[in-house]
Amino acid sequence: MIFVIAANELRRMFYSPLAWFILAMLLLIEGLLFLVFIETFLTQVQPRFAGIDGAPGVTDSVISPLFLWAGVLMLGVMPLLTMRLFSEERARQTLVLLRSAPLSTTQMVLGKFFGLLGFILAMLALILLMPLALAPFTSLDWGKLLSGALGLFLLSASFGAAGLYLSTLTAQPTIAAVSSFGLLLFLVVLYLSGSSPGTASELFVYLSHFGHFIAFLEGLFDTRHLSYYLLFIAAFLILAVRRLDNETLNR
Amino acid sequence: MTDELVKAEGLYRYYGPHCAVANLDLSLHRGEVLGLLGPNGAGKSSTLQMLTGNLAPSAGRIRINGEDLLDEPRKAKRHIGYLPEQPPLYRDLTVREYLRYCARLHAVPGREVQSAVDQACARCGLKTVSRRLIGHLSKGYQQRVGIAQAIIHRPAVIVLDEPTVGLDPLQIQEIRRLIQELASEHGVILSTHILPEVQSVCSRVQIVHHGRTVFSALLSELDRNASGAVLARFANPPAVEVLQQLEGVREVEVLADGHIRLVPHAKMALAEGIAEQAVAHGWRLQELLTEQANLERIFTDVVYHERNAATAPEATQEKALS
Repeated sequence: MIFVIAANELRRMFYSPLAWFILAMLLLIEGLLFLVFIETFLTQVQPRFAGIDGAPGVTDSVISPLFLWAGVLMLGVMPLLTMRLFSEERARQTLVLLRSAPLSTTQMVLGKFFGLLGFILAMLALILLMPLALAPFTSLDWGKLLSGALGLFLLSASFGAAGLYLSTLTAQPTIAAVSSFGLLLFLVVLYLSGSSPGTASELFVYLSHFGHFIAFLEGLFDTRHLSYYLLFIAAFLILAVRRLDNETLNR
Repeated sequence: MTDELVKAEGLYRYYGPHCAVANLDLSLHRGEVLGLLGPNGAGKSSTLQMLTGNLAPSAGRIRINGEDLLDEPRKAKRHIGYLPEQPPLYRDLTVREYLRYCARLHAVPGREVQSAVDQACARCGLKTVSRRLIGHLSKGYQQRVGIAQAIIHRPAVIVLDEPTVGLDPLQIQEIRRLIQELASEHGVILSTHILPEVQSVCSRVQIVHHGRTVFSALLSELDRNASGAVLARFANPPAVEVLQQLEGVREVEVLADGHIRLVPHAKMALAEGIAEQAVAHGWRLQELLTEQANLERIFTDVVYHERNAATAPEATQEKALS
């Protein structure tokens, strides 16, 4: 049942021009960045480190920044994708369809979330094509590539879970988008203030997404970072379920 | 399988301090069309939302086809098809895609989805538009898609909230015909504030006002209890006393709009006698009709009674007939 909703959600995303525009813009920007990083690598990094053992390779100087930037772009992209999940249903009064069907609220929320994950996977697959295009010509650090991709996936999924919750709060997609963008930016600010010299705060860095994302980009697969994302996602999904359940009680 | 499809007892619903539904009982049997009637804001929609699990009642019990809606919502919801006031349509899907999704949501097994969609399309007259986008359809067709959505999983109970609002007269007729058809296999609950609608499709009527049931009866009983009164209009009307003397007439009343209302003794048929007398005495009969089951009168009485308690009963009668 969850997958029925997820499939429908994914299909409807691709029916809207928004999804295609987002994919197009994302690829355009990532493509340009990719070129810039390669250019820098070829003209500046490679000549300097040629022949030195343990020097940063192509994975470090091209792929990791590419993923990092993809994560930054997701700050803008995910709110646009999540804003319609529940607020549009509410604005169009289509939530009744799911509510009257023999479904639990958890199934409803998970269905929507998995649909979103499907879209994230599609974006990730397209972004991954760029580093893969390098594979025939150089040796890539596959471990780092995979951990970076996993990190990007978890980062986007956690953005998505937060956006999903915020979209259950309002009937106006724009408000949902703006508020989730605000929340995500706030977490970035936490990271910046937590990691800036002088005011460094372990807690702030821990709370923000990017602290954990960077570990993944460095090729560090640590269950602590994994569990941060899983907890973050679970927390917001549970909040969404509670919020929707509450609504039938006191509207 | 019980014969009683819906049984709701002692439903209450508060919105903050405001009580929208108070101690409402409701039941529905197989093959019945129950008309839930009431003025705007009477609590009809809230009641239907509670029956379909979209709104939790503040107190009370609801059983759908023997399953408790509050304890086992997922089991109970299998037996309900619901068309809310605003049909829940995804405008970016085609009719067929949408109905297929609805069928899957309602746990129609994969193999039967196709035939369920075909059947629902056929019943609701959607065959010609089944490949069009819902957003491009007219209001009447969208309403039919909404109904198709409610019947696709062949639920025992179909709940329709004001299904004919905003449709043109022809579409209204079609939808009413469809509802009557559905009633042969399912139980239907229908909310409306249009009186003729109840008279034309419902087998039982329940009038709700301020969240309470103020009247409930079978329409067949209403017909039987109808006074059998006749309304007549003459170009050259005789004196009231003359009419009073006619055979079988118990009561004569001149209404404000010029009609004369004649009430018979014990359900005698008056029309024929009046027509004969009119011809014989040159009263020049212009119009002669038997008064319908007086739902309108009952509705006006129970709903406006408290509001117009001060004014004389004639005033309410005028309103009923205007």
